[in-house]
Amino acid sequence: MDSRKPDFSRRTVLRTLALGGTAAALGPAWMRQAMAADKITVGVIYVGPKDDYGYSQAQAQAAAAIKKLPGVTVVEQEKVAETTDVQKVMASMIEEDGASLIFPTSFGYFDPHMLKMAEKYPKVRFAHCGGLCSEGKHPANTGSYFGYIDECQYLNGIAAGHASKTGKLGFIAAKPIPQVLRNINAFTLGAQSVNPKITTQVIFTGDWLLPVKEAEASNSLIDQGVDVITMHVDSPKVIVETCERRGIFVCGYHADQSALAPKGYLTGAEWNWLTPYTEHVKAALAAKPMLNFQRGGLKEGFVKTSAYGKAVSEGARKQADGVKAQMIKGDYAIFKGPLKDNTGKVVIPGGTVQKQTDIVLEQMNYLVAGVIGKV
Amino acid sequence: MTIATPVTVSAAAAAAPTPPDAGGSWRATSEAIALPLAALALALLLFGVFIAAIGKDPFEVFRLIYKGGFSTAFAWQNTLQRAAPLVLTALCVALPAQAGLIVIGGEGALVLGALAAAFVGQLLDGLSPLVVQMGMALAGSVTGGLWITGCGALRQFRGVNETISSLLLTYIAIALFNHFVEGPLRDPASLNKPSTLPIGEHNMVGALPGLDVHWGLGYGIVFCILAFVVVRATTHGFALRVVGGNVRAARLVGLPVNRLVLAACFLGGAAAGLAGMAEVAAVHGTANASLIAGYGYAGILVAFIARHNPLAIVPVAILLGGINASGGMLQRRMELPDATVLVLQGIAFMTILASEAWYGRLRIFQAGERA
Repeated sequence: MDSRKPDFSRRTVLRTLALGGTAAALGPAWMRQAMAADKITVGVIYVGPKDDYGYSQAQAQAAAAIKKLPGVTVVEQEKVAETTDVQKVMASMIEEDGASLIFPTSFGYFDPHMLKMAEKYPKVRFAHCGGLCSEGKHPANTGSYFGYIDECQYLNGIAAGHASKTGKLGFIAAKPIPQVLRNINAFTLGAQSVNPKITTQVIFTGDWLLPVKEAEASNSLIDQGVDVITMHVDSPKVIVETCERRGIFVCGYHADQSALAPKGYLTGAEWNWLTPYTEHVKAALAAKPMLNFQRGGLKEGFVKTSAYGKAVSEGARKQADGVKAQMIKGDYAIFKGPLKDNTGKVVIPGGTVQKQTDIVLEQMNYLVAGVIGKV
Repeated sequence: MTIATPVTVSAAAAAAPTPPDAGGSWRATSEAIALPLAALALALLLFGVFIAAIGKDPFEVFRLIYKGGFSTAFAWQNTLQRAAPLVLTALCVALPAQAGLIVIGGEGALVLGALAAAFVGQLLDGLSPLVVQMGMALAGSVTGGLWITGCGALRQFRGVNETISSLLLTYIAIALFNHFVEGPLRDPASLNKPSTLPIGEHNMVGALPGLDVHWGLGYGIVFCILAFVVVRATTHGFALRVVGGNVRAARLVGLPVNRLVLAACFLGGAAAGLAGMAEVAAVHGTANASLIAGYGYAGILVAFIARHNPLAIVPVAILLGGINASGGMLQRRMELPDATVLVLQGIAFMTILASEAWYGRLRIFQAGERA
């Protein structure tokens, strides 16, 4: 508690400003001119439990790492719903704990919740995970960070393609939204680079956290002869455990789940949020302008892969490492023409290369040929 | 009238009204206040033991609960904001309970009410905001009302247990909600978070004057007062409580049992539907999966702790709102897990239900009859 004492004055000032309603009158020029400080309280808000082996855990790992930076105090709150609850949590962190940098880590925290709080507390920095911020449109004290994790899903696909004997892969996904479709397609294309005949059976569960449905989906895929599964759900724990129990291979997502499947875990697509977290904390301490938009893949250190499991063959490692090295150099494009979707329609014409930064990729609404499923 | 003297502890007794004609009604009132308070005190004591058992300081926890929920103007607004949806969803349990039904499907009425409100909101856009808001409120409450009326009808006409049907219908309601939000009503611009078209900032209902708490709380308090008046001071309300107290007696005296049950279900569902409308019109500005936040289920807890008394719902919702608000502080200051406040709520729920056994048995509240 003692370490928080110096913050009392700042908190009191903030509260007076907010209550007096004078904050809005002070003008944008003043807002940007935050003073450089040697201490900062950072608030991190999670939609699930911090130890979910998935989305929230990936964020919590970065939060735990920035705790160790000098002058940084971290306050955390887990299982916060995407309703006015999160608005109140942000306000509590600011008013009660003196936080001046907030990481609201769930996609659904952005609009309207974070935007509202950002207007109300113009001196506080808000860094959202999901990549929605655009300059001019959103408040200057907001920013978003996100990673090109489809690169890692492509590498997952290479490992899966080598490991699969049946040529049937499985993908358990929450909702058919662009981010998810991009992962399914990248995974499949990665596997097809090993064996062009390989197929990916996809199951959409309908929501981000449905452990029972996810277990059922895993079992039904395995019963159909699928022998490698990966996923895009908030907590891959149940899927990874089910695959291990049924004796098939699995590629992880969000965080490292190798401990849950020591035999079958091939590799995994992980976030490396420490990179954007550190940049935000440093910018805040140095009173540099808010970083409004951050994106990156393997090259920028926003994503990483899990260490290879025992079951990954030498050939698989070699091929995946080769592609990974090209990705790190920045000259590997996953989505390039000619590319057909699974209804036979050409989605990327021959000769066209869609680089990671291409905005078209963020509107993806198709499944590539070889994926069994419907958007 | 002697119909409404609950003797045994059962679900029906929990739903039974207090005797309408109690001589020395102040004793009944003080009993109805003192017993739940004593139960809450016991719950806090047990919770303290639990906290001590996991090696944390219970007094520090209590201090933080007070600090995070009830100490400052900020804490109070935090508390009231969290209480707002619970007031309305609790009515969805408390009103059918007057007729002896245990309806736990408020979540379904809430999400469908929200969907209907969002749809009507975009349909009426262009008219004056007040008309749009009234249209949304009407659409939300009628949809929620009809949904729960369905549970009542299944019970009255097909003999389906309303507790089970309302729970199962909630899953169907959420599936329908997702179907429309991700399908026919989806805003094409909502790429990674399927949502309906926004109703527009100008059509939003704002915060209560002078507070950072949205209008949902206002709707809830008005609805509670109206419900209390209808249940306690009108012949319809009296008839409803007779149905809840003893349905055979009600049939014997010729009360329209089916109509009363369905009306109670409709009003309860309307309250939950209105909560959904408030989520759209005051918070999200659109309908999407974020508003499926479990408010309908939390309302069950509130209604039971309030013993289905519409007026008692307001303070109980505020109490739970405060506990939820302070849950954050427990996480941030003491690094206790999120589940801590759920443990407290669970213990409180059990002690309050157990305290039902003491009604009419403590001499101190019965003295009037002996004097």
